[in-house]
Amino acid sequence: MIPELLSLLPVAIVGAVLGLDVVSFPQAMISRPIVAATLGGALAGDITSGLVAGAVLEMIALEMLPVGASRYPEWGTASVVGGAMAAEFYTLPGAAVVAIFASIATAWAGGWSMYGLRRLNGVWVRRELGMLEAGRPGTVSGLQLRGLTADLARGFLLTLIALLFWLPLASWVLSHWTLGRTPSHVVLAAVAAAVAGSAAWRISQGVSMARWFFLGGLVAGIAILVLRR
Amino acid sequence: MFTRLLAIQASWNYELMLGPGLGFCIEPALRLLPGGRGGAAYREALARQSRYFNAQPYFASVAVGALARAELDGRPPEQIERFRTAMCGPLGSLGDRLVWAGWLPFSALLALLAFGLRADAPLVVLVFLVVYNAGHLGLRVWGLKAGWRGGLRVASSLGGPLLRHGPAVLSRAVMMLAAVALPLAIWRVLQGLPVPPVPESEMVRAVGGVAIASALLMAAILGAVLVRLHSRVEGWRVALVVLAVLIIYSVAR
Repeated sequence: MIPELLSLLPVAIVGAVLGLDVVSFPQAMISRPIVAATLGGALAGDITSGLVAGAVLEMIALEMLPVGASRYPEWGTASVVGGAMAAEFYTLPGAAVVAIFASIATAWAGGWSMYGLRRLNGVWVRRELGMLEAGRPGTVSGLQLRGLTADLARGFLLTLIALLFWLPLASWVLSHWTLGRTPSHVVLAAVAAAVAGSAAWRISQGVSMARWFFLGGLVAGIAILVLRR
Repeated sequence: MFTRLLAIQASWNYELMLGPGLGFCIEPALRLLPGGRGGAAYREALARQSRYFNAQPYFASVAVGALARAELDGRPPEQIERFRTAMCGPLGSLGDRLVWAGWLPFSALLALLAFGLRADAPLVVLVFLVVYNAGHLGLRVWGLKAGWRGGLRVASSLGGPLLRHGPAVLSRAVMMLAAVALPLAIWRVLQGLPVPPVPESEMVRAVGGVAIASALLMAAILGAVLVRLHSRVEGWRVALVVLAVLIIYSVAR
């Protein structure tokens, strides 16, 4: 048990750092799935599996706009988990499907953990309100530091718990997997592309000529696809 | 102040939102007030700046620069408070449209295009991080400078052509990039993960036209349904359900 936990630590530390990037610091989007899952895959020994998982997750994450107070899935830690799982089981036909499923579910849980963190920040702020209103030096810095530390701990624990939960479950599911690689990936790619396409469509709603740009792009995309095959 | 801007959301909460973060970012400038750190002017200004505030975090740099300037210029507190309240809306909506609904999907789709064109993992990651952060850091630096230069008259800087037309231009670019990148990304996902010792080139050949056409057709149908169900269902929840059904089917059959 202890050696297993130790082997998960590097991934959990990366999960913590990338979880911090989602909102608290520095929001450079190293927490986006295409980066985070690739890193997770690299840590687990297969960067390409991490990249493919990251690309699929990025398509799904495109629809989520991290706007203000809205509650949304937290993709940073979840993508590290997904990338590491895809790399861990990369020889098995259903690995990508199971890794992406685990990642989306973890992102959902991560969204709730961020909601909890924001509530906790609120508790700390209420407790220090008198000091804030008095303009006491050090109060705002203390609140910021506490928020950063709590977010780092949140990302670390979430990644570790997710890995401890999903790895044995994925191992069992994949040992009973009957579908081939191609049909599994057809469904996976289609669902992800549908979510991304509808997100782009919604983003561009009300913008003149946007549909013509879409049509032009589609013709170009399919032409490149045919030529490259 | 610029480094502190990167952590402006560290204590984000539902009560004061960005307020304490804004106070944290402005605090170094307030040390220059008469009396220095801990003086009466410092304490009053810090208390004022740590109250409720909300904006898109990158665009908050405009408010940080402008408010720091206003405090150091000794503007009346009522005027500063009115400005803080007035800036929340524009800095939020402009930032959301330009960054979250524009620059972020644009950069992500550019990386997906690189992925679809079979770029290696480090290159795909680099394309995303370099493009996105050129805009991200550029915006924060510009915001801080524009705010500092304009002070309480900074609103005129927000009416520039780039900020007025940027969201619409980016929306069109997002539409076009999505249409180019998604079929190519589907293709690459379908090629599967190269399993040694089978050479990658053989994996590429193994993916038939039927598989690609099926995936494109499924994506088009499901995408159209998601557009129709706009705002009633979130795509990631649909993806979760579809993958759960696929997993159960594959294990149980």
